Amino acid sequence: MSQSQSCLSSIPAGTASYETEHVHKVYEIIAPHFSATRFKPWPIVENFLKGFPAGSVGLDIGCGNGKYMAVNPNIFIFGSDRSQNLIGIASKQRHHEALVADALDLPHPCSRFDFAISIAVIHHFSSQERRVEAIKSILSTLKPITGNKSETGGKALIYVWALEQKSSRRGWDENSVQDVFVPWVMRKNFAAHQTEQTYQRYYHLYRQGELDKDVSDAGGIVCESGYEKDNWYAIVQTKVQG
Amino acid sequence: MKLLTANFISCPVRTCKTSPTSFPLHFKDCELACDPDGNPYSRETLLGVLPRLEWDALRTSAGELGFTELPVEKPEGEVVGEEVLRRIWELLVQTHVVTGKMVCGNCAYEFGIQSGIANFLLPGHLV
Ligand SMILES: [Zn+2]
Repeated sequence: MSQSQSCLSSIPAGTASYETEHVHKVYEIIAPHFSATRFKPWPIVENFLKGFPAGSVGLDIGCGNGKYMAVNPNIFIFGSDRSQNLIGIASKQRHHEALVADALDLPHPCSRFDFAISIAVIHHFSSQERRVEAIKSILSTLKPITGNKSETGGKALIYVWALEQKSSRRGWDENSVQDVFVPWVMRKNFAAHQTEQTYQRYYHLYRQGELDKDVSDAGGIVCESGYEKDNWYAIVQTKVQG
Repeated sequence: MKLLTANFISCPVRTCKTSPTSFPLHFKDCELACDPDGNPYSRETLLGVLPRLEWDALRTSAGELGFTELPVEKPEGEVVGEEVLRRIWELLVQTHVVTGKMVCGNCAYEFGIQSGIANFLLPGHLV
């Protein structure tokens, strides 16, 4: 059954300060424990990254502990995350680079990248407007498609948590609330005072078709999309603007 | 922070994005280290990444760190000598800025680098 709570907070949702309180601060605290549970790359992400030729350059936006950086040693990934503690862990992937940055204010020039991944990140933005902004921000980094030839453009892979996950331990289905707090129970040995502590992270759970809609609202083109193990994903591109 | 990375970094301030002076950011007060083990030489990877580099920006960044030997023209194609390629690889991915700053030529904001990690979070008034 779902253990999530409704999102009671003294800060209004849909703002940066809401996400600071209910996402960023939590990851900063749970970073070592979170990282210890995140080591196995998901197959679709792994295959996506393995598909780029040697010397390709891309971004991992919201890279967390950098677990996807190890997948393909012939490409270069610049990973960024809001959490300094997670970036400290990601920086151990010395072949690549880990930066502290905000997905809405990326420190990268436009239209230079062959690929981007953003895995389990967009669902932490607390309004549709901000989620679409985040997708726009990712799209802007990609090489745009020129002359209607899709192979000329960079590709981004976006993963978000699904509302429809009846068989998971969370037990949500299409009738559940979409904006939720999800508990992270910090095990004793990771906690500061050797006692188990629970932290709540904000999530927007995506329903079927919603990710595709957000991508198109952001001006992107969906090349492929689907459902995999409690998540919706989409592979997206962008065209030359104007 | 590697020189390669600096070639793919610009100022995150939105009003700077359209300004040509926001790329590349300028290195200041930097301490360097070498990490050959983190990035063993790969000719195939280097030949793949070369066409993706903004060469003039790379020469600017390298110059700011005291490396002035990069040729004016980007070396391209299979004819480039192995020695030249190995030296470019050393500069691009084996040389790291451990501490220092990266400064925007448009807004003058200074982004810090500590323990090799650059921080591009903006203070509230610049978001
Ligand atoms: Zn600037």
